[in-house]
Amino acid sequence: MGKVLTIIVLFSIYVIYSGWVFSPGTSSGVRMTQKAINGKNLWHSNNCQNCHQVFGLGGYMGPDLTTVTTDKSRGKLYAKAMLMNGGTRMPNFHFTENQADELVAYLDYVNNASTLQQQ
Amino acid sequence: MLQHYNSNSMKQHTIGYRFIVLGFICLLLSISFGLIASLQYIFPNLLADRLSFQQTRPLHVFLAVNWIFACVTGIMYQYMPEVAGKQLYSPLFAKVHFGLMSLTILIATVGFSMGSFSGREYLEFPPWVTIIIIAYWVLFCINFLRTVNPKLKGAPVYIWSWSVGLIFFLITIVEAHLWLLPFFNDNIIRDVTVQWKANGSMVGAWNMLIYGTAMFAMERITGKKEIGHQKTSFAFFFLGLTNLMFNWGHHTYIVPASPVVKEVSYIISMTELILFVNIIMKWKKGLLRDANDTNPLAKRFFMSADRWILLNLALAIAISVPYINQYTHGTQITVAHAMGATIGINTTLLLASVTFIFENKLKDIGKKIIIAGLRTMNVSLLLFWASLIAAGIIRSIATQQNEYFSVMTPKLLPYLRSFSVFGVFLVIGIMAMSFTYLRVIIGADRHSVKDEIGQSVPVTSQ
Repeated sequence: MGKVLTIIVLFSIYVIYSGWVFSPGTSSGVRMTQKAINGKNLWHSNNCQNCHQVFGLGGYMGPDLTTVTTDKSRGKLYAKAMLMNGGTRMPNFHFTENQADELVAYLDYVNNASTLQQQ
Repeated sequence: MLQHYNSNSMKQHTIGYRFIVLGFICLLLSISFGLIASLQYIFPNLLADRLSFQQTRPLHVFLAVNWIFACVTGIMYQYMPEVAGKQLYSPLFAKVHFGLMSLTILIATVGFSMGSFSGREYLEFPPWVTIIIIAYWVLFCINFLRTVNPKLKGAPVYIWSWSVGLIFFLITIVEAHLWLLPFFNDNIIRDVTVQWKANGSMVGAWNMLIYGTAMFAMERITGKKEIGHQKTSFAFFFLGLTNLMFNWGHHTYIVPASPVVKEVSYIISMTELILFVNIIMKWKKGLLRDANDTNPLAKRFFMSADRWILLNLALAIAISVPYINQYTHGTQITVAHAMGATIGINTTLLLASVTFIFENKLKDIGKKIIIAGLRTMNVSLLLFWASLIAAGIIRSIATQQNEYFSVMTPKLLPYLRSFSVFGVFLVIGIMAMSFTYLRVIIGADRHSVKDEIGQSVPVTSQ
């Protein structure tokens, strides 16, 4: 009986905790624009997280891109140039200029989400 | 009562064998793609036009996960009738399960090879494939419930472990697809947090299944049935369950979600210290070492897994400390932890159970190959693991110094080269064991004849 009760209590806490994580625990004041949503779709369909990380989630072949759009050493133009041309380790995905802009808009949204809540 | 697992003395479910064979095929493919992927770190243009890193990494990860699931499923189908003392509830469900699982593996493997991805970390297959996965998992759950008919009162700990693992896999696979709803997808903080939550707990779910099979085998090897009913066994089961539910948060320290997520995770992560101390105490007592010599080879695997649990637990506890985590997360140290756990713990425990089932069918030469393979795997995995940690430390230092990625990469290369070289030996060790087991399992399957309900009875027991 004690074991069953322990499972019920643990599972109840898990459900409540999950509900809290799904909503107030992960609220963000930054909204995605349509351009950024398109960029996120491109991010997924091209499997970008296979090589790049956002908030530590993703592969290690390329650099973390969480703050790429505001880094002093990189920035939006650098990101767009890489997207349009590729690099030594990054293949050229032949993105159109519009697609590159959408991906940069998504990365800029990621950057804003990371800095806004940390303040 | 001491029991040697004698597969000749009981009715066998060849379906269990087939899942294990499917698992080994996934394992062999996974390590092959993993080897190519590791070489692509050093030679980025290797096979760039045919099988790029874009394809090899998801293939490696997906097939490794399916090795775990197919093998543990096969072992469970093998054990379930013995635990229940009756035949499998529905051999038909098991066959459909096998067919659907094989189909999803085929769909995803062909899809990834052709460059088709959903773009989600670890679950890159199209979301509709998940419907098939849920369907076959429900069939598996029904078969488990109707065969084992777990009555919680008086049930040994492995029955609890399997039950929880089966349920939590369903919960986490659904949770991993919440991103299909805009409420989750349109908020990157929520999206990333829920991905870590689902993936972290899914690992906990498969650990529950694997630990269940390991506990069952250890109970039989030691001949101590009370192990599965002891209060301490249940205490560790509940500790594991708590970690499954709440420990994932240490992956999200750098995600700007509520600090409560991190605090809860940190507290729960530190409870792993209890496991850590327990393993050391267990070694001191030499429980497994002193057990009867009915399954010396399986025991060797269990003792090897214990060492890897200790090493990985030490690493996990260290990287769960926020101060250390901020330097290590997003570096190869996380990969070392993941691969150390997947190969050193999960794969070794699965091989321990496979050995437990087939040890009496192995010839001397087969046993020698397996011992050599295990040694090769352990030594190369240790060096492979150390190379990743070294690469992670270099990457962490370079990141703190705001170095360009193109500047830090050459500094990582010596460690990535050693990672690839030891990876070759790791592949050799795993392949040697896998082919030996495949030979025995396929041979055992061929020597079986089917009875009228679709189960098979080994010819030798007729």
